[in-house]
Amino acid sequence: MATDQITGAACVIRALVDQGVDVVFGYPGGAVLPIYDELFQQNALRHILVRHEQAAVHAAEGYARSTGKVGAVLVTSGPGATNAVTGLTDALMDSIPLVCLTGQVPTHMIGNDAFQEADTTGITRPCTKHNYLVKKVEDVSRVIHEAFYVARSGRPGPVVVDLPKDILQAKTVYRNGAAVKHRSYNPRVKGDMKRIEQAIELIAKAKRPLFYCGGGIINSGPKATQLLTEFVRMTGFPITLTLMGLGAFPAADPHFLGMLGMHGTYEANLAMHDCDVMINIGARFDDRVTGRLAAFSPGSKKIHVDIDPSSINKNVAVDVSIVGDAAHVLEDMIKLWKARQARPEQKAIASWWKQIEEWRGRESLRFRNSDSIIKPQHAIKRLYEAIKGRDYYITTEVGQHQMWAAQHIRFEEPKRWMTSGGLGTMGYGLPAAIGAQIAHPDSLVIDVAGEASILMNIQELSTAAQYALPVKIFIVNNQWMGMVRQWQELLHGGRYSESYSASLPDFVKLAEAFGATGLRAEKPAELDEVIRLMIETKGPVVVDCRVDQTENCFPMIPSGAAHNEMLLGPEDEVKPVSEEGMVLV
Amino acid sequence: MADKNTVSRHTISVLVENEAGVLARVIGLFSGRGYNIESLTVAEVDAANRLSRITVVTSGTDMIIEQIKAQLDRLVPIHRVSDLTVEGPHLERELALIKVRGNGEKRVESLRIADIFRARVVDSTIESFVFEMTGSSEKLNAFINLMQPLGLVDVSRTGVVAISRGPDAI
Repeated sequence: MATDQITGAACVIRALVDQGVDVVFGYPGGAVLPIYDELFQQNALRHILVRHEQAAVHAAEGYARSTGKVGAVLVTSGPGATNAVTGLTDALMDSIPLVCLTGQVPTHMIGNDAFQEADTTGITRPCTKHNYLVKKVEDVSRVIHEAFYVARSGRPGPVVVDLPKDILQAKTVYRNGAAVKHRSYNPRVKGDMKRIEQAIELIAKAKRPLFYCGGGIINSGPKATQLLTEFVRMTGFPITLTLMGLGAFPAADPHFLGMLGMHGTYEANLAMHDCDVMINIGARFDDRVTGRLAAFSPGSKKIHVDIDPSSINKNVAVDVSIVGDAAHVLEDMIKLWKARQARPEQKAIASWWKQIEEWRGRESLRFRNSDSIIKPQHAIKRLYEAIKGRDYYITTEVGQHQMWAAQHIRFEEPKRWMTSGGLGTMGYGLPAAIGAQIAHPDSLVIDVAGEASILMNIQELSTAAQYALPVKIFIVNNQWMGMVRQWQELLHGGRYSESYSASLPDFVKLAEAFGATGLRAEKPAELDEVIRLMIETKGPVVVDCRVDQTENCFPMIPSGAAHNEMLLGPEDEVKPVSEEGMVLV
Repeated sequence: MADKNTVSRHTISVLVENEAGVLARVIGLFSGRGYNIESLTVAEVDAANRLSRITVVTSGTDMIIEQIKAQLDRLVPIHRVSDLTVEGPHLERELALIKVRGNGEKRVESLRIADIFRARVVDSTIESFVFEMTGSSEKLNAFINLMQPLGLVDVSRTGVVAISRGPDAI
């Protein structure tokens, strides 16, 4: 028997490989040395050494979101685990499947304030979908297999497995975990047929219908995207997508009204406000989307399809709720729709489209361009023109540039767009781009960044250099924390408290110091050439694109306002924000 | 017709895997999302199957109560969530140990009331009693209030445990 016994650390590697993991993002330390020793002695699993554990998690998120697979992270105990917390919270908010292995001090020292000890399961309990502390070596393989099952099934999310060092060094027999069956966790994927019938009934009677879909479609997989596209075209209804849902429906299709929400298009938000039947599939009525709840789509019957029952009736009470996986429910919806003879009144639908086209005619994403100074929207539009038709993946940091990227870069397919939606984590974009580039070595991966955000995880340029990853970092540099500045202008009387990016580094020299290429664009005339060079230069490239410092992101629903109270541009008069609005973020 | 903003009290029974951290998950959920806990009890109820039962008394609008149940249900080690308040008739019991200190007429009076409430004396000195009492929370409150002027010095309560009436399990 003894010959079949391997260490806990060896079980970890075998379990990862058996789960189909080919790359793990991590950073070594005392408590995980046994795992790193095993890593050293094998070739099935590639390890990407990041420069900060937060980046390991974001990189795994980028990898997971661009592939649909579970991302894997390996960090040490104490600070390794606490540094990972922001990434885990980000993954929880955006439903990204991850398994994060953390080292722990040996079991007999737990609770003694040992060196590099932290109560990792305690700290990560509220920021993971689930977590485990493994206390027996016999449990290592089972727990890791279970962790992958929990991470990827149902509403995906991050799972932490905390591994004390003595467990990693003890010996046991490895157990394969191909078929995990959980005693208490069995998420439902099939929707209730009666409810789906009710939904179809509503849809068939709609006069002003609207699909409102989100990241749940993308998480469900390619089949859901394909079925959604089919169903939207079959019905001829308009569709809007959330920030997380971009790519779930082809942007070039005329049914697509653009993104909705705080910085969404005029037509998408007004259609949300005025629709009579709302078909929400895989979106969660986030506050960035709804605006003032009391005034949110007041006249509509609402259908909500979500795999997570707790997302239903959380913020907005709906009329028909369906718990299930998007692809399964869409399949049933299409089946019922085809079987059914009754169709919406075509005249009503046509006049609804006429209204929408009128709104669309306002061209809410328009901005006043300039010959002398690069407008940030223009920079992103030119970037999009240069990559259109190529095989591209876009990540972003958080702030104005993120919203402009969401508005002006278009996605025809899912898994191409990675942004920190729920948590709004500055510093997400560069490590996420690294993760996406590892997964797609020959594709064009661009981090659309701001000069403030990029500094939050700039050390990862070193990772990009080490693995010769050709990530392109396009910094929309307005020398301000632009979104903070915009809110201070609109809500706080233009008192720009601490939002100026003082003492910025020379990004070109910074890139060179890391072994990357640095480029700069200062005038509109230089822009296209710099973008071309960025794309054509091998290896990592940083572009310092100097843009107008004062530009604000429009359209905008000010906090506490409703969808039909949008600001379309700087010429729109800003009404004083209500007291309730002032407390919102 | 209850208004959608009406706050009501619900007794929720939760069958959970008896494993480390499960109570912390439940409590963390309530504190993290700002839900009320009026009382919470937990104990293993099935050692062979490693199951514990948590009874939590909470209050909120209908929408909040639905949220609480959905949020509990999606925790991985939770087997079943049952809202006893809406699922039909059920029993609620609480046990309290109540210490009263005094002598003379007050001491006699506390014993007399204890008798009326069917509280049992489980400890006695010449200047104190510890009463044990089981019943609804309201009954316990009534008794404890009566003991206040008679020398109440200490109370320990279990919190509510509950079970549905009739033959069916949770």
